[in-house]
Amino acid sequence: MFFVQVWEIVVKYHSYLLKGMGTTLLIALIGTIVGLVIGLLTGIVRTTPFSKNKLLCGLHKTLNSIISVYIEVFRGTPMMVQSMVIYWGYAFLNGGSTLPLIPAGIFIVSINTGAYMAEIVRGGIISIDKGQFEGAYSVGMTHFQAMMQVVIPQVMRNILPSVSNEFVINIKDTSVLNVIGVAELYYMAGAIKAINFQTFQTYTVVCVLYFIMTFTVTRILRLIEKKLNGKANYTICGSQSDSHAEIHVHEQEES
Amino acid sequence: METVISIEHLEKSFGDHKVLLDVNLSVGKGEVISVIGSSGSGKSTMLRCINLLEEPTGGVIRYKGEDILSLNTSKYRTHVGMVFQQFNLFENMSALENCVRPQIKVLKRKRAEAEVVAREYIDKVGMSAFINARPSQLSGGQKQRIAIARALSMNPEVILFDEPTSALDPEMVGEVLDVIKSLAKTGLTMIVVTHEMAFAREVSDRVIFMDGGIVLEEGTPTELFGNPKKPRTREFLSRFLNG
Ligand SMILES: Nc1ncnc2c1ncn2[C@@H]1O[C@H](COP(=O)(O)OP(=O)(O)OP(=O)(O)O)[C@@H](O)[C@H]1O
Ligand SMILES: [Mg+2]
Repeated sequence: MFFVQVWEIVVKYHSYLLKGMGTTLLIALIGTIVGLVIGLLTGIVRTTPFSKNKLLCGLHKTLNSIISVYIEVFRGTPMMVQSMVIYWGYAFLNGGSTLPLIPAGIFIVSINTGAYMAEIVRGGIISIDKGQFEGAYSVGMTHFQAMMQVVIPQVMRNILPSVSNEFVINIKDTSVLNVIGVAELYYMAGAIKAINFQTFQTYTVVCVLYFIMTFTVTRILRLIEKKLNGKANYTICGSQSDSHAEIHVHEQEES
Repeated sequence: METVISIEHLEKSFGDHKVLLDVNLSVGKGEVISVIGSSGSGKSTMLRCINLLEEPTGGVIRYKGEDILSLNTSKYRTHVGMVFQQFNLFENMSALENCVRPQIKVLKRKRAEAEVVAREYIDKVGMSAFINARPSQLSGGQKQRIAIARALSMNPEVILFDEPTSALDPEMVGEVLDVIKSLAKTGLTMIVVTHEMAFAREVSDRVIFMDGGIVLEEGTPTELFGNPKKPRTREFLSRFLNG
C-alpha cells in the first residue's frame, strides 16, 4: 500500500519534483560559489597588513569592522529568519514590491554562505606558511601578487573539502526558503501534500530525493578533490646518458 | 670599488627587545661577504632589514647611494634577492614555474623569454632534470638549488643568503655550497650568513663577526680566522673549531 502510494507520487508529480530539485541545486550551487567569492574577498581584505597611510589604514579598519559584524550577524541567526527579514525588508523599503523569488533565494543563500566562507578562507590563508609570502616578497611580488599567485591557489586546494561541505549543507538548507515561497524541493512537497493529503508518503519521497542529491554531489566532489590533489608522480627529463630517457618517479600516495 | 649596499647605524627592535644596536657595513660590487656569529646575535635580522622583510627602527640602508625606504620596495627587491634557510619555494608551482612566474609578474617578461632565463639558471644549479617536479617531490638540497635559480632568474645585483644549508641533511650541504661557490666567481655580490666556517674561509672576500647586535669585527678570512683581535671573536671561533 505505502510503496504503491509512494510510486504514484513519483509518477504523478515527477515534473514538480524534478523542478524543485533543479531549483534547489541551482540556488545551492550559485549560493555556494558566490559565498566562496565573498569569503575570498573578505579573507583577503582581513589578512592584508594595514597600510602606513593613515587614511587607507582607517578605511581598512572600518572595512574590517563591517566584515566582522556581517560575519557575526549572519552566523548568529537562522537562515530562515534572515530570509524573512531580507525578503520582507526589501518589500517594506520599496512600497510593498517584492523581489523575484529565485534571485531572492540565491541572494539569501549567498550572503549567508559568505559569512561561513569568510571564516573558512581566513583560516586557510592564516594556515599557509609565512615563508610562502616571504618567498614571494623576496622576488619583488606585492602583497596582492603574493596572494593571487602563491597563497590563494594553495588555500583553494586546502579548503576544498570545507567548500564541498558548505555546498552539501546548502542543498539541505535551501529548504528554509519555502518560508518566502521559493519553489524548491521542500516547497513542492508542501504543494503535493496539499493535493493528495498523504503527508508521510510525500515527505518520504522528498527525503529520498534530498539524500540522492547530497550523496551524488558528495561523491562527485570527492572525485574532484582527488584530481586536484595532483599527480603523485613527475617525469625526470633527459638523463645524462640518454636524452630521450624519461624516468617516472612515483610518490607514495597520500591517504 | 662601487659601493652597492651601505648600512649606517642600523637599529632594529622588536618591542622593547633591541636586536640590532648599531650595525655598520659597506658592501662593494662583486664582493662576497660571510656573516658569522652566535645564535641570536642578529644576523638574520640584519639580512631581513636589508631586504625590507623587517623595517629598520633606526639608521639608514642605502642601495647605490639611495635610502632603500625611498625606493619602490618591489623594484628594489628585484635587485636584491634572498635565499632562505627554509627555501620558501612556491608549493603550488613546479620547479620551472617557481623561476618563471616571478619574472612574468614582476619583471613583466614574456613567458618564452622567462623560460629561457629560468632554464639557463636551473641548468647552472644542476637541476635541469627536475624542472617539472613539485617542491614537495624534491630533497632539501634540490629545493635550495631551485630557490637559488629562482633568485638568479630575477637577474639581481645582490643575493642575500640566510643560512642556506642549515636545514639540510649533511650529505646535501656540499651540493648547495658548490653552487654558491660557483656564483662567487661570477661577480655577483653576495652576503651569506653561515655556520660553515670552511666555506666562509674559502669563498669570502670579507668575513663579518656579529655579536650582540653589532658588527664586532670584520676582516679578510685570513685576518679574521687566523688572527682574531677581539676576545669574543676568539671565543666564538675556538668553540667552533673545537666542535
Ligand atoms: N619577529 C620577531 N619578533 C621578536 N623577536 C624577534 C623576531 N625576530 C627575531 N627576534 C629576536 O631577535 C634576536 C636575533 O634574532 P636573529 O634571528 O636575527 O638571530 P640570528 O643571529 O640569525 O640567530 P640564528 O643563528 O639562531 O639564526 C633573537 O633574540 C630573536 O628572538
Ligand atoms: Mg638566523
